[in-house]
Amino acid sequence: MKQVFFKILSQECIARDVMKLTLAGDTSAIQGSGGFVNIKMDGLFLRRPISVCDYDDKTLTLIYKIVGKGTEKLAEMENGTELDLLVGLGNGYDLSKSGAAPLLIGGGVGVPPLYKLAKLLLAEGKRVQVVLGFNSGADVFYEEEFRALGADVRVTTADGSYGTKGFVTDAMGDLNYTYFYTCGPEPMLKAVHKATKTSGQMSFEERMGCGFGACMGCSCKTLTGYKRICKEGPVMEKEEILW
Amino acid sequence: MVNTKVNLSGLVLDNPVLCASGTFGYGYEFAELYDINCLGSFSFKGTTKEPRFGNPTPRIAECPMGMINSVGLQNPGVEKVISEELPKLRRVFHKPVIANIGGFTFEEYTEVAALLDKEEGVGLLEINISCPNVHGGGMGFGTSAETAAEVTRRVKAVTKKPVYIKLTPNVTDIVSIAKACEDAGADGISMINTLLGMRIDLRRKQPIIKNKMGGFSGPAIFPVALRMIYQVYEAVKIPIIGMGGVTSAEDVIEMMLAGASAVQIGAQNLVNPFAAKEIVEALPSVMEKYGMEDLESIIGGAHRG
Repeated sequence: MKQVFFKILSQECIARDVMKLTLAGDTSAIQGSGGFVNIKMDGLFLRRPISVCDYDDKTLTLIYKIVGKGTEKLAEMENGTELDLLVGLGNGYDLSKSGAAPLLIGGGVGVPPLYKLAKLLLAEGKRVQVVLGFNSGADVFYEEEFRALGADVRVTTADGSYGTKGFVTDAMGDLNYTYFYTCGPEPMLKAVHKATKTSGQMSFEERMGCGFGACMGCSCKTLTGYKRICKEGPVMEKEEILW
Repeated sequence: MVNTKVNLSGLVLDNPVLCASGTFGYGYEFAELYDINCLGSFSFKGTTKEPRFGNPTPRIAECPMGMINSVGLQNPGVEKVISEELPKLRRVFHKPVIANIGGFTFEEYTEVAALLDKEEGVGLLEINISCPNVHGGGMGFGTSAETAAEVTRRVKAVTKKPVYIKLTPNVTDIVSIAKACEDAGADGISMINTLLGMRIDLRRKQPIIKNKMGGFSGPAIFPVALRMIYQVYEAVKIPIIGMGGVTSAEDVIEMMLAGASAVQIGAQNLVNPFAAKEIVEALPSVMEKYGMEDLESIIGGAHRG
């Protein structure tokens, strides 16, 4: 973990209530994929944890949904605004278990952390298949971005207004894959847990106090003991999850 | 050169800045960020006899200028704290540490206190009496002068280390409870624990915290803590460790003027992990600004006309 001040380079709305935020700053403490940052905002007491979508040496991309006071405030911030971030939080995805053809399953704002993961897996020469689930056509984002990386992409919407009608699990049945990685709302994770034929890793969400393991606010029980979502998580192995 | 040293029942601290139990783990998460030996000391995560998972999640809710937590004393139990956590803590912190102890029966308090009494690195025992007494109908030990005094007497009987009783503010008369602890032999008072609070999620129309209520902390509670410390200082002769919403060196000094001999930083550690270090560093210049040379001499200063 490291405290780093970032500057807002740009911010744009990429789907209904979904913002893409690009920041400039020292990203050296961020590693791999599936981790998160914790953003301090004036006037709000707790920091706001947001998963890392993508980064290079100097820039960091975050995608978030406007759902409350913190994200409303963040969406209104001007380019050039300086933000106080704690970076390098969370365990992230373990790429070593992916096999030759991993499947990435994302739901809503669970999609962003899979983007850097897809990049890293493709760089290792893996065949990456992606299933992205949204509520409706207006909520869809990053379909083309995943495709541009070289991944096979399927999109589902719950109301059928775009892509396959249904949930992510309705578009997975005929796919062959060696391993899976997923992030999304808990009902989706449960369904994916049931529907997947291989081992995999799942990323969880919880209300956090500190985001770096001090307060025990986000603990959960697993088959391998108590874990803090912010520290030993957010990524857990399929086999250790207790629903 | 200003003097920031303070004395807690014979335990001399380089400065009065401590970190509060439950906001600083066993120190090592913070030791990755800075040398935590700059602190006066810190109170490690509340320890019970048995391992505890604590309460169901969500355990955290935000408030204006603060937060509610309902962690529920998650800890690995005293045996593992001694065998695993304290050796790790010792590697990153080389001063006497404060052991925070919780319990649900009188016997649990004394068993944990007796075990931690043998730990050389522990300088002081801080007894959290906000826990419910399972043999007393679930009423908190800290909500009656009688049970607070009884915990004090029993813990004092099993340890030679200074015993500070951490009081809950969720009572009608905190002064009488502090006095009862002093009369029962407490070496000091630690105050205040969190205020009972609640938030409701408008979308779900249900409490945010799974257990409905939790402990409210953060800068919003500072004036309440300050007032209670001021009142208790008038009534007892033993030292007070003050806490509740402290975020700056100015707050530390204000709390010492009210009567605290040392001051703990709690919720602020969670939003600014460097808070305690920044307060330690700012303290000498803030003292100079207000013409203070020796911190010990300002304790209770607001009571002297």
